[in-house]
Amino acid sequence: MLKEIKVLKSHGRQYIKNLRTQPVSGLFRGRPVISGEITPDEIISVSSMCPVKAIDKRSGSIDLGRCVFCKECSFALPEKIRFTNDYRIASNVRGNLIIKSGTESPVRLEEDRVRKEIRRLFKNSLKLRQVSAGGDNSCEMELNATGNVNFDFGRYGIEFVASPRHADGIVITGPLSENMAEALKICYEAIPEPKIIILAGTDAISGGIFDGSPALNRKFIEEHHIDLYVPGNPAHPLTYINGVMDMLGIK
Amino acid sequence: MSQKLYSEIKNNSISPDLKEIPVLQYDIFYELVCDFLKDEARHCIAYYGVPTSGILKLFCYIADDNNSSIAVFSHELDNNTIVLKSITPVCPQLQIFEREIHENFGVVFDGHPWMKPVRYSHYRSDKSNIIDNYPFYTIESEELHEVGVGPIHAGVIEPGHFRFICNGEKVLHLEIQLGYQHRGIEKLFIEKNDSLQRCILSESIAGDTSIGHALAHSQLIESLAGIEVSEALQIERCIALEMERLAVHIGDTAALCGDVAYQLGQVVCEALRTLIINATQLWCGNRLGKGLVRPGGSNYQMNDDVAGEILTVIADVDRRFGEVADRIYSLPSLLSRFEDIGKVTREQALTIGAVGMAARSCGISRDIRVTHPFQFYRSYPIQLLTVETGDVFARGMLRNLEVRESVKIICGLIEIWRRKEKIINKPVYNYKLKPNKVGISIVEGWRGEICHTVITDKGGNIENYKVKDPSMQNWLALALAVRNQEISDFPINNKSYNLSYCGNDL
Repeated sequence: MLKEIKVLKSHGRQYIKNLRTQPVSGLFRGRPVISGEITPDEIISVSSMCPVKAIDKRSGSIDLGRCVFCKECSFALPEKIRFTNDYRIASNVRGNLIIKSGTESPVRLEEDRVRKEIRRLFKNSLKLRQVSAGGDNSCEMELNATGNVNFDFGRYGIEFVASPRHADGIVITGPLSENMAEALKICYEAIPEPKIIILAGTDAISGGIFDGSPALNRKFIEEHHIDLYVPGNPAHPLTYINGVMDMLGIK
Repeated sequence: MSQKLYSEIKNNSISPDLKEIPVLQYDIFYELVCDFLKDEARHCIAYYGVPTSGILKLFCYIADDNNSSIAVFSHELDNNTIVLKSITPVCPQLQIFEREIHENFGVVFDGHPWMKPVRYSHYRSDKSNIIDNYPFYTIESEELHEVGVGPIHAGVIEPGHFRFICNGEKVLHLEIQLGYQHRGIEKLFIEKNDSLQRCILSESIAGDTSIGHALAHSQLIESLAGIEVSEALQIERCIALEMERLAVHIGDTAALCGDVAYQLGQVVCEALRTLIINATQLWCGNRLGKGLVRPGGSNYQMNDDVAGEILTVIADVDRRFGEVADRIYSLPSLLSRFEDIGKVTREQALTIGAVGMAARSCGISRDIRVTHPFQFYRSYPIQLLTVETGDVFARGMLRNLEVRESVKIICGLIEIWRRKEKIINKPVYNYKLKPNKVGISIVEGWRGEICHTVITDKGGNIENYKVKDPSMQNWLALALAVRNQEISDFPINNKSYNLSYCGNDL
């Protein structure tokens, strides 16, 4: 027993008190800032080197739904593109993931476009079923981490559950492989209405580096309304947590 | 022997020309491979087909731990051959490789007892095979019942289907059907004619082994492009690989504790894993090390601050993990759930060609860091750890020992790193690969050996890229482990291996 107490004493308190403001390492690759002074030639050069075509050839904007956060554009043009450690980059509007040049403003979640029933029903309790459809296990591990002793997202009644019948929505990771298309559909249909869909990670949002592979089937995304996009490669637990809290209107 | 029948290469050394590799008649190929694999210090690390202008060429790579060499055997099928004599009945470790060649190219391996799909690749030869009609093994009996689990599992994990045949609570047979995660990675390596894209791809083969796979890819590119990296960078790569090993082993220890309802162990290990991956994030901005390993150099060369922080963190983790591991592996209530559960014998592990942890937990000395050293492991010999018993306890205990050893390795490496000259090496993306070569790169990731091989055409373009995650061989170990066990012990067996679905499905 004494040994257990020693373990506990060493363990101390690990939970993050404020999930909204928890600082992360300065090198963390979060929301990019593109200088308004970036020249058309510079845009062309970084746009052509981007491995996932996330940088628009004309405007130089970066689409966080496509970005794999490799930061190579910033290494090539450190004066013009930098990645801040702002992890609050989730939004309910796909277009808001596109970071325009010359702006420092954070990624916005548009409250008036959150479906009314989501906040009414799920603000105090949200149970989610996670489905990995070609996910590489990085996003899955980070989603698991949201429930661990550090992040303890369960404190808000927000957890993953085993059965879709017990779930209020689905969190999809991975680029949506063809071989998972049927299982994903069955799982989604088993969730009672009203239900929400969250895409976690760049692979889920756009296919990421796998975009265009014949092994994918992304019809599900095209056919359904997406309630929350959580960018990242993988999505950081705090990106997911803050995105879900914003969606639910938790302060 | 007047004429050489196979080529011999070293891990990450100068690659042989394609035409230097002798092409054998199949009967000679068959005899040689069978003969070679009689020695238990040798095992197959890759065996696959390469279609070149309508002709299928087979390449079989056998690692020889006696002299740290890799033997390459080759056979070319003539246009009319579609049936070959299966090697699997003699050397069962080739079963998964022959299945893969069959699935992709339609070659029939006569005598193979289990000619079933591996991953339902989008380029499979028979498109009428679909994932929903997998031919499961069945036993007709009134006494037995089947339990199907997945593809979607109860937790936040990747998909795969497990089909148990049970007698009451006891598992007679488990068949593991994979393929749900197939993303077409190997084809993308060829199609994406951009070196940065290939780096990102390599990090996405299995996100829990981003560093291991990115290193295997980078080494392969470096050996084929003739790029040398500094010793300091080699050391940094080894440190990164050990950090990945630490994080996963500690995380999996948490999962094992969770499965036997030992909450103290679970939460403590979860928190310790967080410390390690946050140190990785401090180093490179990503908790899983994505972006850290690149060919030719690094965007995140280590500095004294990072080295100091890593040392502080791992010293703390080492002490605290030591305290909790002492409880985990001495409490009778836990030991009774670990010991003699999911036993795989040494013979079984050798037979199926198990690699990495799955082999070492059965007393087999198989660790690429020692047997085919790469990067700075060539100058920094490490201790090869094994546990004999082959059960859940052995797999947990091996993780425990490897955590302690990785901590020592990192400390030792940082000390040497401090004395090394630091040359700024930026990643090299505009490399040119040597034409008509066969390249091979193996890395001991936390699960076991990761093998990347490449074949270049006459223009130095990638003609074929092949990835083998250790999971490919080791899934069968899990199936064997649960035989004659309570079905309720499946989760703990599964966690004790923690194999990769996407690493198999590619």
